[in-house]
Amino acid sequence: MAVNGKKIYKLMIVDDSNIMRRRIERSQTFEELELVGTAGNGLDAIELFKRSDPDVVTMDLTMPQMDGIECISRLVSMKPAVRILVISALADKATAVEAMEKGANGFLNKPFTDRQLNEAIAELLGSRGR
Amino acid sequence: MLYEQELKTFVDATTNFFVVAAQEPASIGSPYLMEGAPAVHEYTGVINISGKREGVVYFTAPKAMLTVMLMKMQENDFSHETMRDLVGEVANTISGNARRDFSRDFVISVPNVLTGEERPEVPREPGRRSFIIPINWRSHSAKLVVSLT
Repeated sequence: MAVNGKKIYKLMIVDDSNIMRRRIERSQTFEELELVGTAGNGLDAIELFKRSDPDVVTMDLTMPQMDGIECISRLVSMKPAVRILVISALADKATAVEAMEKGANGFLNKPFTDRQLNEAIAELLGSRGR
Repeated sequence: MLYEQELKTFVDATTNFFVVAAQEPASIGSPYLMEGAPAVHEYTGVINISGKREGVVYFTAPKAMLTVMLMKMQENDFSHETMRDLVGEVANTISGNARRDFSRDFVISVPNVLTGEERPEVPREPGRRSFIIPINWRSHSAKLVVSLT
């Protein structure tokens, strides 16, 4: 689907914090992103992913039941073209590298400003098809 | 012995949260040594540390402060769960920065949130010093407590 000549990408937000899920939804300014759902842990994210087939995912790492690293692996195995932006308070390089090796495409540290979030999403959308 | 650089990691993580998420810097009061029972406000985010050092770090804040922080974050849900969520996010940031700055000799837990009169367990033993660092923001005051061997 396209709006104003722009392709619409389906967005899924995964974070165990209600505040963060709402914050990401409210702060992202991309008209080409359509929110298809949010999940509070990795297991729920996989169920939602199967139902709604998102193109873009924001992913927390520290979550109950299934963490973000495991969830990234599962999502990428189901849909290799999915673009995943990790948004996490885990600020060490080793964690970022592990997430990228599992298939994430970007990493944003919490806390973040609206500008930082939108720049990270822009980079993620700009990297589609590489 | 708690080293100054380690204390700085915890303080910087906390104040950075105010600057970035609540869009207004917090100021730090003079640290002092904790005596007696652990001091808590209504909401407390706790991380436990083991390995090279043993102990607990927690951020505790009054509901009024968290309410204003949520307003500054454009939130319109001020429920008990949202307050828990917010104090957990502050502790989460402290935990994440500690993992970045400290070696793998430190094992840092995911945050746990306490409310009301619940108090973190702060063991009393020789060699342990527990610092209370006042975190002042607008007209409110929270506490960062660092208790490590």
